[in-house]
Amino acid sequence: MENVGIVGIGWYGFSTHVHDLSFREMMFEAAQRAFYDAGGMNPREQVDAFISCQEDFWEGIAISDEFAPDPIGGSMRPTMTVAGDGVQGLAHGIMLVNSGVADVVVVESHAKPSDIMTLPEVVELAMDPLYVRRAKIPNYHFIAGLDAMNFMHRTGVTREDLAEVVIKNRSNGLKTGRAPYASLMTRNDVLNQEMVVEPLSQVDIARPVDASIVIVLASETFARKFNDTPIWITGIGFATDNSNLELANLGEAGYLRKASATAFQMAKIESPLKVNGVFVDDRYSYKELQHLEAIGIMDVAEKLRQGYFHSGSYLPVNPKGGHLAKGYPLEASGLSLVLDAVEYLREGQEAAIVGSWRGIPTFTGGVVVMQR
Amino acid sequence: MKTNLKYRKVAAIGAGMTQFRRRVLDTPQEMAWEASRKALDEAGLELKDIDCVVIGSAPDAFDGVHMKGEYLAHGAGGIGKPVSRVYVGGATGVMTAISGWYHVASGMCKKVLAVAEEKMSPGRPHPQAVFRYIWDPITEKPLNPNLIWIFAMEMHRYMFVNKVSKEEIALVSVKNKRNASNNPYAQLGGEITVDDVLRSEVLVWPVQLLDVSPVSDGAAAMVFVDGDIARRYTDIPIWVEGVGWTLDNTSWPGRELAYPRYLENAARMAYTIAGIERPQKEIDVVEPYDPFDYKELHHLEGLLLARKGEAPLLLKEGYFDRDGEIPSSPSGGLLGVGNPIAAAGLMKVISIYWQLKGTAGKMQVKKPVHTGVAQAWGDLMQASTVIVMRN
Repeated sequence: MENVGIVGIGWYGFSTHVHDLSFREMMFEAAQRAFYDAGGMNPREQVDAFISCQEDFWEGIAISDEFAPDPIGGSMRPTMTVAGDGVQGLAHGIMLVNSGVADVVVVESHAKPSDIMTLPEVVELAMDPLYVRRAKIPNYHFIAGLDAMNFMHRTGVTREDLAEVVIKNRSNGLKTGRAPYASLMTRNDVLNQEMVVEPLSQVDIARPVDASIVIVLASETFARKFNDTPIWITGIGFATDNSNLELANLGEAGYLRKASATAFQMAKIESPLKVNGVFVDDRYSYKELQHLEAIGIMDVAEKLRQGYFHSGSYLPVNPKGGHLAKGYPLEASGLSLVLDAVEYLREGQEAAIVGSWRGIPTFTGGVVVMQR
Repeated sequence: MKTNLKYRKVAAIGAGMTQFRRRVLDTPQEMAWEASRKALDEAGLELKDIDCVVIGSAPDAFDGVHMKGEYLAHGAGGIGKPVSRVYVGGATGVMTAISGWYHVASGMCKKVLAVAEEKMSPGRPHPQAVFRYIWDPITEKPLNPNLIWIFAMEMHRYMFVNKVSKEEIALVSVKNKRNASNNPYAQLGGEITVDDVLRSEVLVWPVQLLDVSPVSDGAAAMVFVDGDIARRYTDIPIWVEGVGWTLDNTSWPGRELAYPRYLENAARMAYTIAGIERPQKEIDVVEPYDPFDYKELHHLEGLLLARKGEAPLLLKEGYFDRDGEIPSSPSGGLLGVGNPIAAAGLMKVISIYWQLKGTAGKMQVKKPVHTGVAQAWGDLMQASTVIVMRN
């Protein structure tokens, strides 16, 4: 597979409530910034294909991809929707480049959860209608609770470790302008919170955020026409584990293990420890550690206690704050981690790994290996 | 659009479908698996041999499941594999095949299972209710339009601009339902006359009941493999030679509805990749998307197989019959086979695959065929997907 470069990236939002722009206007703003970032490219002439990542029920529109082309410059062009996380859209973009039908691809994803009045009910609709939905689960975080308990029991991660993740990520968020939930917390602040679902308190659970992200990808041949320092995607993978909750192997992130195996093989990296920035989904505090374990970092609890994952250390994890600080923009969550990684690499680092997850109740994730 | 093709050759080596029926009792997962199993059987593969799974399904609301790709991953055999769902409204079925193609053509996977499923019957009070939520939430939804209204506008415009009568359009319905009587998977095949169509219930003038495809449940699946290994599994690989897709802008009221320019774009992309310069001479069989009878004519023109406004005339002369110059919808199309949206699109690709392979049975067209085209259409009358295959 040919390496594909990120030559432009733009974002809008990361606000708890973007009240003055519609989702289409948010897409337009993010696209404008991405095209400016890619050397002021003209999307109507210089982009070969467009991919939008979204899901109908989040949008409140049946066939939501109807609204994809106009704000990003994709009308009367090859435009399509990947109903999945933005990282899956990136993978499709890379496939379009490698299959030869495109040299420049735009990947877009957005979310406006502030428009969703019944978020928990929408999440419930993603569960199997026969086996799970009828159980009338009062709170969908309960699945995360089961997963967390299993994971902690197996690995020896303690409640104090989870608090450490919360403190680390929320304070890391203070360094970016994209983290409405960033804050300085003490261990007592976290441990004294009321539980939502054992072992997770309100501050262990990331909150939704409005955002739109647009990424311009270009083949190796074309990348430097738009950007002197493209960020190369050297490996990408995605996978679905047992997609049914009743068959799922809780306590492990098998999807990310499979996705990272593909991505690492493609990028020819033997160990994630050779990469100096890791951006993994931390929609729940334990998920950060579970995902680190899935991409091949052993003894995560011990490493966390030794300060491995903190900023300035050997292997910083979520140095821009992760979802706990910046919120999670639904299907754009994966791209928000990629955005953090791009900024991190542009600051001078050599390589980064992104690991994303689609959230409760799914078992799908994607891994991207990026190099400068 | 780009045609600098360094891609690997991709072959279709297996296909399977469920019967298209209304109110099927199987779950969407079960239907997806039935189609997948048949496709794997024809390809001579087991699920463990498959590297990646591509799923196509149109609005989530038909099945009433959020993140339908995740839900279908289980039935489509995607557990523990890279699974993704692609989606362009009604054009999804052919996009599923296109996506299967680029999974292989890019070198990402060697063997891909592409599965499309749709279960429209559970929609209450009618599947049309789902289409109440496809509009712009601010400017259009408050008017509570019905999907058939806008197609009535498009049909009217097509008839007006090209001076086409209802009788000429009804011939499509007659032809396709007749073709479908040879298709073992079909829901609504049979011998009808132009008069039957003209006497059927008026839904929104000029759209009448027999101008429209039925509500259906169904699933379809295909196996695509890398060209280097195709002959290990079959003596007759069917090659995917061209793909194209285009979305027009969202603002359908601002468009000339008489001609699908987005389809022309998509077709030109697919033809360029396949090296087709004179489509009317080089294409032997075609499966254009026909959820309404006028759409088949509309699409034949967009596919450059007839000049603007010329398709009705050619149809009347028998040009598009099963024994004509370019047989169109020999499977019976959506009007005859049924319209489980995404599955119907993939059914069109499968129909071409069977024609080129020579295994279409009673559906097989009279003349020898080497190049076939399948097409699908959707969204707010704005999306088209085209695939060219050769034997």
